[in-house]
Amino acid sequence: MRNQGLPSKQGLYDPQFEHDACGVGFICHMKGKKSHKIVSDALQILLNLDHRGACVEENTGDGAGILIQVPHKFLAKKAKEEGFELPSVGQYGVANVFTSRQGGSWPATKDLFEKVAAAEGMPVIGWRELPVDNSTLGKSAKASEPLVRQVFVKRPASCLDDVSFERKLYVLRKVANNAIRVLKIDPAWYAPSMSCRTLVYKGMLTPHQVGAYFLDLQDADMESALGLVHSRFSTNTFPNWERSHPYRYIAHNGEINTLRGNISWMLARQSLFAAELFGDDIQKIKPVINIDGSDSTIFDNVLELLVLSGRSLPHAMMMMIPEPWSGHESMSEAKKAFYEYHSCLMEPWDGPASVAFTDGTMMGATLDRNGLRPSRYYVTHDDLVIMGSEAGVLPVDPANVKHKGRLQPGKMFIVNMEEGRIVPDDEIKEKIAAEKPYREWLDKNLVKLADIAEGAPAPLPDHETMLQRQQAFGYTWEDLRMLMVPMARDGVEAIGSMGTDIPIAALSNKAKLLYDYFKQLFAQVTNPPIDCIREEIVTSPVTTIGREGNLLEPKPESCHLIELKTPILSNEEIAKLKAVARGQFASAVLDITFDPKLGAKGLEAALDALCAQADDLIKQGRNILILTDRAVSAEKAPIPALLAVGGLHHHLIRQGTRTQCDIVLESGEPREVHHFCTLIGYGCGAINPYLAFETLDDMIRQGLLVNIDHKKAVYNFIKAATKGVIKVASKIGISTMQSYRGAQIFEAIGLSKSVVDKYFTWTATRVEGSTLEVIAEEAIQRHRRGYPERDSQVHALDVGGDYQWRKDGEAHLFNPLTIHTLQKAVRTGNYETFKQYSALVNTQVKQFYTLRGLLEFKAQTPVPIEEVESVESIVKRFKTGAMSYGSISQEAHEALAIAMNRIGGKSNTGEGGEDPERYTWTNEKGDSKNSAIKQVASGRFGVTSLYLSQAREIQIKMAQGAKPGEGGQLPGSKVYPWIAKVRGSTPGVGLISPPPHHDIYSIEDLAQLIHDLKNANRDARISVKLVSEVGVGTIAAGVAKAHSDVVLISGYDGGTGASPQTSVKHAGLPWELGLAETHQTLLLNNLRSKIVVEADGQLKTGRDVVIAALLGAEEFGFATAPLVTLGCIMMRVCHLNTCPVGVATQDPRLRAKFTGDPEHAANFMLFIAQEVRELMAQLGFRKLEDMVGRVDVLEARQAVDHWKARGIDLSNLLYRPQVGPEVGTFCTEAQDHGIERSLDITTLLPLCKDAIEKGEKVRATLPIRNINRTVGTVLGNEITKKHWHGLPDDTVHLHFQGSAGQSFGAFIPKGVTLEIEGDTNDYVGKGMSGGRIIVYPPAGSTFAAEDNIIAGNTALYGATSGQLFLSGVAGERFAVRNSGVDAVVEGVGDHGCEYMTGGRVVVLGTTGRNFAAGMSGGIAYVLDESGDFKTRCNTSMSDLVALEDKAEIDSLYQLIKQHAEATKSKKAFKVLALWEQNVKQFVKVLPRDYARVLKALEKAKADGFTGDDALIAAFESNSKDASRVGGG
Amino acid sequence: MGKPTGFIEFNRELPADRDPLQRVKDWKEFHLHLPEENLKKQGARCMDCGVPFCHSGTLISGMASGCPVNNLIPEWNDLVYRGLWREALDRLHKTNNFPDFTGRVCPAPCEGSCVLGISEPPVTIKNIEVSIIDKGWEEGWVTPCPPEKRTGKKVAVVGSGPAGLCAAAQLNKAGHTVTVFERADRPGGLLMYGIPNMKLDKKEVVLRRIKYLEDEGIVFKCGVNVGKDITAEQLRSDFDAVIIATGATKPRDLPIPGRELKGVHFAMDFLTANTQNLLDPKVSFINAAGKDVVVIGGGDTGTDCVGTSMRHGCKSLVQLEIMAQPPMTRAANNPWPEWPKTYKMDYGQEEAAAKFGADPRGYLTTATHFEGDENGNVKAVHVVDVEWKKDDKGNFGPQKVPGTEKVLPAQLVLLAMGFLGPEQPLLQALGLETDARSNVKAEHEKYVTNVPGVFACGDCRRGQSLVVWAFNEGRGAARECDRYLMGKTSLP
Repeated sequence: MRNQGLPSKQGLYDPQFEHDACGVGFICHMKGKKSHKIVSDALQILLNLDHRGACVEENTGDGAGILIQVPHKFLAKKAKEEGFELPSVGQYGVANVFTSRQGGSWPATKDLFEKVAAAEGMPVIGWRELPVDNSTLGKSAKASEPLVRQVFVKRPASCLDDVSFERKLYVLRKVANNAIRVLKIDPAWYAPSMSCRTLVYKGMLTPHQVGAYFLDLQDADMESALGLVHSRFSTNTFPNWERSHPYRYIAHNGEINTLRGNISWMLARQSLFAAELFGDDIQKIKPVINIDGSDSTIFDNVLELLVLSGRSLPHAMMMMIPEPWSGHESMSEAKKAFYEYHSCLMEPWDGPASVAFTDGTMMGATLDRNGLRPSRYYVTHDDLVIMGSEAGVLPVDPANVKHKGRLQPGKMFIVNMEEGRIVPDDEIKEKIAAEKPYREWLDKNLVKLADIAEGAPAPLPDHETMLQRQQAFGYTWEDLRMLMVPMARDGVEAIGSMGTDIPIAALSNKAKLLYDYFKQLFAQVTNPPIDCIREEIVTSPVTTIGREGNLLEPKPESCHLIELKTPILSNEEIAKLKAVARGQFASAVLDITFDPKLGAKGLEAALDALCAQADDLIKQGRNILILTDRAVSAEKAPIPALLAVGGLHHHLIRQGTRTQCDIVLESGEPREVHHFCTLIGYGCGAINPYLAFETLDDMIRQGLLVNIDHKKAVYNFIKAATKGVIKVASKIGISTMQSYRGAQIFEAIGLSKSVVDKYFTWTATRVEGSTLEVIAEEAIQRHRRGYPERDSQVHALDVGGDYQWRKDGEAHLFNPLTIHTLQKAVRTGNYETFKQYSALVNTQVKQFYTLRGLLEFKAQTPVPIEEVESVESIVKRFKTGAMSYGSISQEAHEALAIAMNRIGGKSNTGEGGEDPERYTWTNEKGDSKNSAIKQVASGRFGVTSLYLSQAREIQIKMAQGAKPGEGGQLPGSKVYPWIAKVRGSTPGVGLISPPPHHDIYSIEDLAQLIHDLKNANRDARISVKLVSEVGVGTIAAGVAKAHSDVVLISGYDGGTGASPQTSVKHAGLPWELGLAETHQTLLLNNLRSKIVVEADGQLKTGRDVVIAALLGAEEFGFATAPLVTLGCIMMRVCHLNTCPVGVATQDPRLRAKFTGDPEHAANFMLFIAQEVRELMAQLGFRKLEDMVGRVDVLEARQAVDHWKARGIDLSNLLYRPQVGPEVGTFCTEAQDHGIERSLDITTLLPLCKDAIEKGEKVRATLPIRNINRTVGTVLGNEITKKHWHGLPDDTVHLHFQGSAGQSFGAFIPKGVTLEIEGDTNDYVGKGMSGGRIIVYPPAGSTFAAEDNIIAGNTALYGATSGQLFLSGVAGERFAVRNSGVDAVVEGVGDHGCEYMTGGRVVVLGTTGRNFAAGMSGGIAYVLDESGDFKTRCNTSMSDLVALEDKAEIDSLYQLIKQHAEATKSKKAFKVLALWEQNVKQFVKVLPRDYARVLKALEKAKADGFTGDDALIAAFESNSKDASRVGGG
Repeated sequence: MGKPTGFIEFNRELPADRDPLQRVKDWKEFHLHLPEENLKKQGARCMDCGVPFCHSGTLISGMASGCPVNNLIPEWNDLVYRGLWREALDRLHKTNNFPDFTGRVCPAPCEGSCVLGISEPPVTIKNIEVSIIDKGWEEGWVTPCPPEKRTGKKVAVVGSGPAGLCAAAQLNKAGHTVTVFERADRPGGLLMYGIPNMKLDKKEVVLRRIKYLEDEGIVFKCGVNVGKDITAEQLRSDFDAVIIATGATKPRDLPIPGRELKGVHFAMDFLTANTQNLLDPKVSFINAAGKDVVVIGGGDTGTDCVGTSMRHGCKSLVQLEIMAQPPMTRAANNPWPEWPKTYKMDYGQEEAAAKFGADPRGYLTTATHFEGDENGNVKAVHVVDVEWKKDDKGNFGPQKVPGTEKVLPAQLVLLAMGFLGPEQPLLQALGLETDARSNVKAEHEKYVTNVPGVFACGDCRRGQSLVVWAFNEGRGAARECDRYLMGKTSLP
């Protein structure tokens, strides 16, 4: 079922990577009273969510729609007009169907449907064509517009209840679809709904068009008690009517990250489906899922199946989006049992999700376990429930509001229209959990591995053959000392620096392990990665293995599985599985070695035999298949374990027997985190890495691992591996091992399609490459190393050389000769020497180090070099990479800034702020240290109004090449006083950059941040930094639609201060692929002309730049090479602070050794530009922009002489989409940021003119609505530009009434007070830089402020100073990464004060779970009235202490008093009234690191130090303190 | 791993040498050993670089930068730091057959390119190397390990200097039956006779290794002059392959008036006879005792002549160097990681200075003629200062500075001005092509000569060079020879 509208797969573009996200909302009458008003209000909600959707060409939206109850009154009327009679409500089913506008097929279609319907016992009552007004549709929407028809069918007498009728209608819809669409009678055929209860109107419309387009909706008889609406933001511009929401049961805002795995498992399960309720119809509903559909489509498909097979809608939702239950401190046993039991039936559908669901009789909504989407609701006195992605989506008289709430992470609520009430989460779930004795079932059936009898003891480690086997499995000395030691010694994965510059596996001359061909995918923009460290409460490493039951008819025995605490098994544990004899478990051991003499044929035959053997064993009832390579010997080579696992997994899926057994691996091969990730990702249930354990033993024996015994080393290793896998999963936003398993979150690079299709089905592999022959050869080479024909080597492991350069190791682009030659060239300013350097690099590149090395320039007619754009003009397109002050030294950071300013390029601050002194500094040469690009990363360090106002470009770092999808951590020992100063934090206190931007969980969130930053500095370009991976093109298209001015595609190989080696090597792709995909996708979408495309990642020569331009880039970034020009010698120890050349260190002793000079970096840029010019002349280009995207002057070199690379096919890279001449190929148009229409420009600036110019006081009262976003930010920017340090407090004081849109008061400086009487949405006070925000309920409110929601999620993110007073409850992640604001609030959601580094937060009420996670500084005071706060506080970095100090108590009193006065908060007055009594209930949350630094500072002051000296003294004494916790 | 901050915490420390005035009284090695604790600290100074230039062995500006045999320096530094000497030895032997030689005689380009050397004194790599191997011998870890299977192929190695020994050792490991031909009375070539005992002990170090190789199955045939005692044809027919490693033994002469006088010798004659005498007092040698000695040439061989003369008890000593005195620190055009061309005081000069009060070297000086006495014995050397500049024909070179002539008394003159290349007769007998510099024509890393089955390595192919380059070539030639014999190879 190919979707209509989307272009087919072409070049590097593949429609399966399309994403969308959106705004969702509903209104419903609690008592089920139908009215037309509900319908029109729902459409009004849609209008107010407009900004959450997107459109590219005018009047063509990404899609919008509405789901309502069957409007019987209206339909009966219309039927009559059409000349047929409808039976009473419930006695007929109605469907809206899209049909082709080309009428030719209609008679056949109609006839066929009627036949099918009749055959299913539901004769057609009549048809009608929906009247539409398409006059306002945009061009693309109109071009793909279907003809929407309505069909009515009769309820069969056999259907005694509505649900059974729904089930029959479902069967009919499936059968009709298979008959009409799949067989192409009418390829446009699609039924948005077919039900006796609900009806869906949707299309490729803007929110404004929905009501206007479907004339039905305007009819006063069109009545419903509920209306569910949705506005879509898609990453593409392709016309697509089907992908609009709502679907049949849901409207979804979010993204399912585990989709690939969920689909695989559903396909595997399908064969076991049997259900009494469906009877023989069960065959007709297959395929259950539309695999070409979006994640929401597929989610809806499965939900529908679960509901129609007999579960209630909330029950099915609980199965698909379970709460994090395993480690929950207060969840009931029954509920835990429910979740645990259902985890045996199905893995969670994981990802950010706000799902509103309905079957027409109830309305409900649920939120993902992380609370990653906002959902706010109002309940009114006149029985309406209004929910939306934002508050204020429907104006409601304040006096009518009964309650304002929000959906909490993992929680659900249901409007039960029969009972006329909202059923809260606990009640729904406890009821469902009590329906069956799940705990009893589990106790009887679910077996813990620990409870299984011991098996035969594992073979004793064999040291004699150790080295041979290590070599046969490709172990190197480097693996041992760099990867395994940290795992075994510290229980953590290894850290490295400076990226990677070795060939991809398919281009390497070494025999690479198969794992190396797979690159981890990660979340960027369209969904957030998860912080699996600070938000561990949502993660779970638990999995089950065994035989799955029938999903549709669960039985007690369905949970007869073995539960594993981690999929990494010790030797004792695998022995248990081999010997298991309990219940129905039956394991079998399968050998996975092959005869190396038979080569690839032997390998393939062994794999086929493995599959055949597995089939037999499954037939015999074996359900745990243990693959083992313990038989490795001189005659037997191990099959690459991943090949065996992936091959068998997909074979069994194809056989339909996959869920009848599980695959367990016992292998000597896996040893690093990435190995475990790929094995689990391709379906492996559990892994015993026996040789890794033996190796640890051996290392202990040798003394390579000291002060640890074998048991502890194994324990640590398993811990590190498990945590590592969870971390990798969290990078794509998956939080449970169970969901990660089989999810195939990888792209293969350099593997032939024949291999992928057979063994790693559905994995993207876009340049093809190594075949099974190559894989076999690599395995045989490794084997031969261990079992050579002649033993002529010293008996010691090979060096490796992947992580550090070694002569006989892997090739590196930066090696002694290239480093030396480059340094010599730039220091002597000698272009000829530079040419020697670039010749060296280019030769290496061509020796198949990189994809670009496989490209050649075609001969062109040259132009004289004098006619080519000048060096001066070319270097303007050059930038240095984002390297923070903190990761590199002040000397290096400033040298880069000076160099780039000197030549007119741009340097980048990186994530870490900038000392304002640099904005004004200059010297006799007229140099400037002000970085042109200011980066905004997830930690938001130093991001203030002033910082932003000094930028020429503001870069949002979504991901970085070295560790996409991950956050970072600067240990306290590296937060030197001067670093702390620019980051707005405390010296000696560790700083955490979260994996996600907590204000970007989706594409519309990114659009919001872009908007915020543009408001903060209208003269700066906004840039979004992405990392190359499959699908990055569609993300870039989304970024363009989100109005970014620049998109940067970074290669995976970029360098950085510190990253896990797993990420450095295995996450992301070379920029060539990402860049080409981006350019192609933007062209297909006609978005290329709206955005500048930049590339970076190991750009080293003019040739690299020219190839980047030809593949689609017009600006270029360099990072590693400029550092090398400044003296970097690729020590790769940036993370250790021991850089001996003073580049990447803060240690003053080492900084003194810095010898770099801006001149050197500038020379490099000029040399590169000169080389670019020479190549341009050779290729006949005069202007750089003429080169952009000209892939036609490139050709792929046939790598026939390379044993691996010869299979590589770069035609997709060099693909040029067929687009018309109107489609621009480089950036020519400016984005419309819509700021001219903002409240700030239209109203606030004129109003506050005197304040801005003269510092005079301004007072005003104004109305505000949710569509007024980012209010106050332009005003703040204007003030900051004039007054760097703000104005006196309260100079501007604006009083708003209503619901404020997102990012209210973002970045406002000192002197601005914004007061709201009403409520606010997400991101209140984002980046606040000294201003003040006051929010309280409107006069006339009837609810108690302290019990109601007044602000959305993620308030005060990255705020640096100022005050916030909220009279009411705020959502999730309140004051996240606050570094200086004082805030008072009356309740907060989960993860309050997360990553906070400074400031004070007072909570006069309850908090959600995981309070203070990652909080390293500042203080929180929580009024703990019920005395149970400690159960919800994360104390891994903080202590809960009593309030004792009198001065502190006084200052807390004063702060609450200020709050009370500003907001008139009743709660605050109550607290103050009985202060002496109440003060005892306050719990103080004090980060341990922070406390110690404060103490050290006190001592330093007592010792007579003052000012900066005191800070330095305190820092030094603190860094010697062994009890630091925030350290690294 | 290792100690990341070791280089900040510890200073460079080398073992003391024996007192110059004492050590000139005997022929024992002049280096002492550093206690293990100190060695560990020195190992800890290694920064475990991402790009260890020390290990790189590239030619930069024509000089070695980093270790030509690519010793796994960071690995074994780390292991020494952690006291894992046995593992350090394994990793040392992985790239270097004879660290006991390089650890004593190598000028250590590794240290010249040590990254720490950018701003601090480099890691004491060479001393750590020798400490590892000495400990290995001491502990009995260095035991012969003959191959399990023999291939049945026979290989002849001509020349038993560093290149020949390495090639022989590797080929033997690969299972071939190796015979080494040496025209001198003892094997070792330059290692045996070119380098004096106080630098490289013959009995304790060189012969120990020779015995080890014999125990592994290598046959040494000494006193056999290939081309004379055995014909080239016979060599080729008796063996499946031949490795030529005869060295660059043709010394550069100084054809000035008086060259024929008695008492003017090539350095190698002086050094060889001296060592032969040490091993067998019956052999006569050229004695510097009581003489005024002039050594011409400022290189390592010149230094060895100085050290040897000192031990004989010369009366005075002058060493002439035509080049200028190098700077104390790197010149701008000689940046790291290039071989540092800086002033160094070697053991010989140190001894001379201790005894006579000053560094014996005279820079920018050349000899113009030797003056003899009535018996045809040399009695003085006439020297003149030079200046490096273009002559009237535009050729850059040393120009004599008029008016700076001096006369140095001398009863013994030693010519240590380097070597010109291999001796030709054998090459001609084998029909080997040579290059413009008279070296055997064979490509580096390939070592294949124009005659199938004949490989050339070491100084005879490369020209005069370091012992460690000879190791590099010997190992490489063995690899290529193995490939030639077996069709594939797993030698490194």
